[in-house]
Amino acid sequence: MCLAVPSKIITKNNLLAIVDVYGARREVSLVLLPEDVEEGDYVLVHAGFAIQKVDFEAAKETMKMQLLYAAMFESEEEKMPKAGLEPA
Amino acid sequence: MHELLKLIEKLSKTIARKLNIMEVCGTHTAEIFKHGIRDILPESITLLSGPGCPVCVTSINDIDKTIEISRQDDIILTTFGDMMRVPGSRLSLSDARAEGANIIVVYSPMISLDIARLNQNKKIVFLSTGFETTIPLIAATIEEAEQSRIDNFHIYPLNKLLPPALNFLLDSKEIAIDGFILPGHVSTIIGSDIYEFISSKYSIPSVITGFTADDILTGIAMLLRQIYEERSDIEIQYSSVVKKQGNKKALSLIYKYFEPDLAYWRGIGLIERSGLSLGQGFKHRDINSIFNIYEMDLDEAPKGCMCGYVLKGIMTPPECSLFGQKCTPSKPMGACMVSDEGNCAIYYKYRSANFLKK
Repeated sequence: MCLAVPSKIITKNNLLAIVDVYGARREVSLVLLPEDVEEGDYVLVHAGFAIQKVDFEAAKETMKMQLLYAAMFESEEEKMPKAGLEPA
Repeated sequence: MHELLKLIEKLSKTIARKLNIMEVCGTHTAEIFKHGIRDILPESITLLSGPGCPVCVTSINDIDKTIEISRQDDIILTTFGDMMRVPGSRLSLSDARAEGANIIVVYSPMISLDIARLNQNKKIVFLSTGFETTIPLIAATIEEAEQSRIDNFHIYPLNKLLPPALNFLLDSKEIAIDGFILPGHVSTIIGSDIYEFISSKYSIPSVITGFTADDILTGIAMLLRQIYEERSDIEIQYSSVVKKQGNKKALSLIYKYFEPDLAYWRGIGLIERSGLSLGQGFKHRDINSIFNIYEMDLDEAPKGCMCGYVLKGIMTPPECSLFGQKCTPSKPMGACMVSDEGNCAIYYKYRSANFLKK
């Protein structure tokens, strides 16, 4: 029931916007958004309401950090197999 | 996401013990099965499904009462489509509509207000279900009704709050959990700070996770890293929309119109402050304040239905004797078999791949 879909704002008129959701156009309310959005921004839409602005940069950063850790873990394991990696 | 899967394998080997990881959002459960994630994880990792489906935890009595209300001549009931087939003690809303009850499925609660404007001589009752993702929308609808003086709009309040249910689940100690995949969209509204008790009281690591296969694998990798580093933090993988403080505007709107209340979760029981009732000044929006049909006892599950154990992650759906025999999506006995996000319905849908494995 908590399904929500990132949607692109096509036009905006005060607290109403027309968004593109996978090619379909829908009217959504912006009253719940904590920050301003512009045409072209992406918002997360749930049952006719935008509930948050989508920050793709933050998502990329999180993924980058995890991949970095994966690479680090791998190289460390090669250097000193098992040692220092005792389970709790 | 080869790198992440490799990381998961390596971390789980290093941790070297069995791990129970619970997801508490029906959308996560559905995606995990859709992408076959259970099958590609190391054997030491078991994914459990928790009480993450608001449809599934709605009580039989509330369905019965809603049906009773929808049968009155001066009532139009509006509801999300997910609720239509949930079995009451005798009928579902879908059955009641076939018998003539005035029930309209809406995509957004706001549509109820259009219906109210067009039907001034009737009371419009929105069956208000859903977790924190959905609640702000309902608060916004009530606000619009208040501001535009749409007096014939009411709700039947059945919304539920997730953190008190998690606290209840952990408190009962019925199941050992090594990590939580926390819901992405509920947390978009409530943020990550509110889950602090999972870390401080129970020392269990958690990651608020998005819904793609990559997101879920990343979330699991982040959990394993925490377990390996002996941390129990509340981390955010779904950083594109989840902030530590959540959506404050949505939260303040919720608590403008609602206050926490005792709520009954189907199959689980009564949980303190896990539901919402309308606050002072707005009680007239609650249909129960106008129209009290009758008080009923807390409901009993249909004979043999193990919904409660399934919702708590103690049993998997195939362990229930009704599963796939007397209880199927086309003829559900328990609510978990109804919703697309119900644990039983998901297991049933993907049973060819998973039936034998359980």
